Amino acid sequence: MDVLLSEYAPILIFLALAIGLGLVLILAAVVIAVRNPDPEKVSAYECGFNAFDDARMKFDVRFYLVSILFIIFDLEVAFLFPWAVAFPEGSMVAFWSMMIFLGVLTVGFAYEWKKGALEWE
Amino acid sequence: MISTDLSIIAPEILLAVFAMAGLVGAVYSGRDALSQLLTWAAALLFVAAALYIGLTGEGTHTAFGGIFVDDAFSRFAKVAVLLSAAAVLIISQDYLSRSDLLRFEYPILVTLAVIGMMVMVSAGDLMTLYMGLELQSLALYVVAALRRDNARSTEAGLKYFVLGALSSGLLLYGASLTYGYAGTTEFAGIIEAAGADASIGLIFGLVFLCAGFAFKVSAAPFHMWTPDVYEGSPTPVTALFATAPKVAAMALFARVVHDAFGGVVGDWQQILAFLAVVSMFLGAIAAIGQRDIKRLMAYSSISHMGYALMGLSAGTAQGVESMLVYMAIYVVMNIGTFAFILSMSRDGRHVTEIDALNGFATKEPLKALAILCLMFSLAGVPPLLGFFGKYAVLLAAVDAGLGWLAVAGVVASVIGAFYYLRIVYYMYFGEETEGLDGRMTTLPWLGLVASAVIMLVGIVNLFGIEGLAEAAAATLVR
Repeated sequence: MDVLLSEYAPILIFLALAIGLGLVLILAAVVIAVRNPDPEKVSAYECGFNAFDDARMKFDVRFYLVSILFIIFDLEVAFLFPWAVAFPEGSMVAFWSMMIFLGVLTVGFAYEWKKGALEWE
Repeated sequence: MISTDLSIIAPEILLAVFAMAGLVGAVYSGRDALSQLLTWAAALLFVAAALYIGLTGEGTHTAFGGIFVDDAFSRFAKVAVLLSAAAVLIISQDYLSRSDLLRFEYPILVTLAVIGMMVMVSAGDLMTLYMGLELQSLALYVVAALRRDNARSTEAGLKYFVLGALSSGLLLYGASLTYGYAGTTEFAGIIEAAGADASIGLIFGLVFLCAGFAFKVSAAPFHMWTPDVYEGSPTPVTALFATAPKVAAMALFARVVHDAFGGVVGDWQQILAFLAVVSMFLGAIAAIGQRDIKRLMAYSSISHMGYALMGLSAGTAQGVESMLVYMAIYVVMNIGTFAFILSMSRDGRHVTEIDALNGFATKEPLKALAILCLMFSLAGVPPLLGFFGKYAVLLAAVDAGLGWLAVAGVVASVIGAFYYLRIVYYMYFGEETEGLDGRMTTLPWLGLVASAVIMLVGIVNLFGIEGLAEAAAATLVR
């Protein structure tokens, strides 16, 4: 058990370092930095223009559909890649498991397509 | 090898193939008429799968190297899940088509949720557990928002999703701690690593897992999503939430605490006893102020989960048996009650205020009598079946040396009886104002009357449920 845990020691050290360094940098900015605010400086600023719109605007839900679709196929590749690399050693079970997985994904994709979720207009 | 594995999960595969074929078939035919057909097909398939599992299953088998378990316990839970989901589909069909909600996605999503529940109760590994749980939850998030042009329903779906994601996070954190300290995700390995005296890391994992499950069974203090989701979701979906997923999550809870942490009963007993006490009292007290029957049923389900957890917290085979019997009775009562709630309407609009029940008995004596039986049974008034469920869990708690828990349960049940009896009071002695004028179609009527009759007949004979529950508990608690 202890051997198993001590294998994680580097990540613990890394976490301590990351948190410590982050804190130091943030606190240094608070302590050291010169602060001289005026209204122009603290107002919202957008590429040299005055802000002309509220940042909280509505997005079309179709953006989300596209991004969700992207995630699904991204994950598909994440699964496919190690499978393809290990293909020579894989058994028939491994082959058919992946084929079934792809089939299930295709069913979802066909449904989405036919439903018209991919049409922009 | 692989063919025996596949034959063990044949019912799940069959349902999954049905769901996908139905999805593609319905979307390409483009006809809404198919939704009616698909709903019936799904319900019939659930019943067929329940019969197949219940009648042909025997012994204990594991598939895929121990990550999927088929034993008497999982079969009991699966049959309960399948039959209650089928009953909910059948009683809600009419309401859905009346309110223009019967899209073909609904039966498909319910089927997927049911597959998730079947995987959950058969889990022999933390990963199978999570996969089943997420399949169930994701499908249920979507059906909660089935009425998508309605702000309440979408709010319910979103709320359920966000809090469900939080609870999954807690559960996964617990699972990762358990894996880290036990070195395996398999329940058989975890129980070995935990031994009789688990390390502090494993206890942390156990606590987080319990918190995640408590969210899913909506036990207090992790209940806050329940009333809003029950109220906002379309009523048939509420009926589904109150039945099948509760059985599945409770069975999963029992599976994990006994299969993976059976050696450290003393550690989780305290957690479960705490959850049970808080749920029973919160459900009983908070329901008193509710005027909406769906919210009231939400608090009622929180309270009932408290009693089921009391049975489980006994940590004995008797406790698991009483919990299973309690859940079976609870599901039947809820199906009957929701069959009636689905038919509550005035001038063609669905109403859920309990004031609308004033004077109901003079107009519809038979239905009022059926609801009287169900309400008395939900309250646990002695001659009815609900009392025997409560009696079994109280007895299990007392036998396990948790006398104080049993006393708390009795007190909470007396408090909780008030709001069930108030509904009966409104029906029989309330001054008639604007009553209900909706007619009940045959199937919901059958559901209501059948479950009321079961509440009476069950006193004499429990249809052999105890024997099955006993066998199920014996395979789980070794």
